[in-house]
Amino acid sequence: MRFKTVTSPHILQDTRVGQIMRRVLYAMLPGIAALTWFFGWGILINLTIATTVALLAETAMLAARGKPLALHLGDSSAIVTAWLLAVALPPLAPWWMTMIGVLSAIIVAKHLYGGLGYNPFNPAMIGYVVLLISFPREMSTWLIPHGLDQPQAMTFLETARAIFNSELPARFAPDALTGATPLDVLRTRLGLGKTVTEIRNSPVFGIVSGHGWEWAALGFLLGGLWLVYTRAADWRIPAGMLGGIAVISSTFYLINPQHYAPPWFHLWSGAAIFGAFFIATDPVTACATPRGRLIYGAGIGILVYIIRGFGGYPDGVAFSVLLMNIAAPTIDLYTQPKVFGARHR
Amino acid sequence: MSRTTDYLKILKDGVWTQNTGFVALLGLCPLLATSNSVINGLGLGLATLLVLLMSNVAISLIRNLVRPEVRIPVFVLVIACVVTAVELAMHAFLPGLYTVLGIFIPLIVTNCCVIGRAEAFAFKQSVARSAVDGIATGLGFLLALVLLGAMREVVGQGTLFSQADLLFGAWGQHLTLHLVDDYRGFLLAILPPGAFIGLGLLIALKNIIDARIQRRAAAQPTAVLQEARA
Repeated sequence: MRFKTVTSPHILQDTRVGQIMRRVLYAMLPGIAALTWFFGWGILINLTIATTVALLAETAMLAARGKPLALHLGDSSAIVTAWLLAVALPPLAPWWMTMIGVLSAIIVAKHLYGGLGYNPFNPAMIGYVVLLISFPREMSTWLIPHGLDQPQAMTFLETARAIFNSELPARFAPDALTGATPLDVLRTRLGLGKTVTEIRNSPVFGIVSGHGWEWAALGFLLGGLWLVYTRAADWRIPAGMLGGIAVISSTFYLINPQHYAPPWFHLWSGAAIFGAFFIATDPVTACATPRGRLIYGAGIGILVYIIRGFGGYPDGVAFSVLLMNIAAPTIDLYTQPKVFGARHR
Repeated sequence: MSRTTDYLKILKDGVWTQNTGFVALLGLCPLLATSNSVINGLGLGLATLLVLLMSNVAISLIRNLVRPEVRIPVFVLVIACVVTAVELAMHAFLPGLYTVLGIFIPLIVTNCCVIGRAEAFAFKQSVARSAVDGIATGLGFLLALVLLGAMREVVGQGTLFSQADLLFGAWGQHLTLHLVDDYRGFLLAILPPGAFIGLGLLIALKNIIDARIQRRAAAQPTAVLQEARA
């Protein structure tokens, strides 16, 4: 009798770049669905604008750099960048803002640095930060989530008109549509000397964190866990990041629970979950060594908390990711795994 | 080498080949900080040009009197005097621009390119050549400031030559060009990161132009050779 013999590699998993990128896209779907339910058509319109612009910019840059179009467009990395950015934008962001963000992400942050695999900074977060710095007012105007003070959601046409013509529908009072995000509310009211318990009574908060936002976070958590399960993302980065937030926010919460929001609130609000599973896990800009990835994640988590609690912005995932991107090569240098049997003096 | 071609070479070096802003990257602090509009760039560029010219001439004049051991303190004193004079003159004649540029006028004294040219050029060369070098280096810095300023102003505010009255008096108000009506403004270009990104893009542009010139120069002799063969 003969056994069938096969040479290595024995793992028959498809791990091409395109496959991993497409998994990221699938994993975002539950979160996107939740966001669309609570914030309306704007999310989907932004996604469409961003994808179109990203594909056009990617094609133009690849052509200008003399790279094979089919190979690089086929890896879907431009679409991932576009989606990551579009999900982070306010639902009624004007079309030109989405366009500027995507163009800075694809052209400046990705291709000027040498294309996929060579970019030191997360392209989507560069696009986001460019917009956040340049258009602070537009970037902080979020729709009030569905089911909260808002009698009827905006229809598709009304949303499209708001995005492309900057016309808000007349049937709503000017400030009935948009409002501060839960983290923004927390920050401003803490600044006014209110206690966390008082602030938590505000209707913008739901069961754990912001009303509506918590369901989007749940969606992204499900997608993210699936990414980790399929090994498209390394568990160490989200674990490090959420662990970092948990440790530092618990410390401050135990010191003074009236002045610092509880750790579950911080873990569950803003872009913490989304950032931990989708942004920080970008394999190009994150650390490469296993221990390094834990440190990298924890660094992001701690910075997020510091920016939220003591910085000038309500949320800080984008800035934290970019700061840790700078540190990633150094962390890699000092966390090289020991070669088995090698001696270190 | 005739005298004219010699001066032309110094000019070309200062403005292009050894440009303070794009090649040597000296004096980055004023370059990045004051280049948020054309007029600010032009104002500081002219002031630096004047300082460079006067300090180069003065140092070249005293180059045989000063012992090399004490040359650096002497350079510092000369440059400090010149900058103070320029600062007082600007305060007297261009008070608006003086207020806008603020601390960066006295800070010309710390601009490395001023002491750099004194050490590398003026202390070893004749007065005439030092004067040409001062003008050339100053023009190069002015070019960098104005280009970067124009870029940041157009992208950031959609205008060119805004606040020109600070430099040219009342008639300068008509100089301001509004390139785009109802422009929302792109804050990033005005803020410090915009200065770094803009400078990077301008350096890249200069490298592209240089590479093209070099390629053309390399292609030239072979063409001549082929013609000769034919």
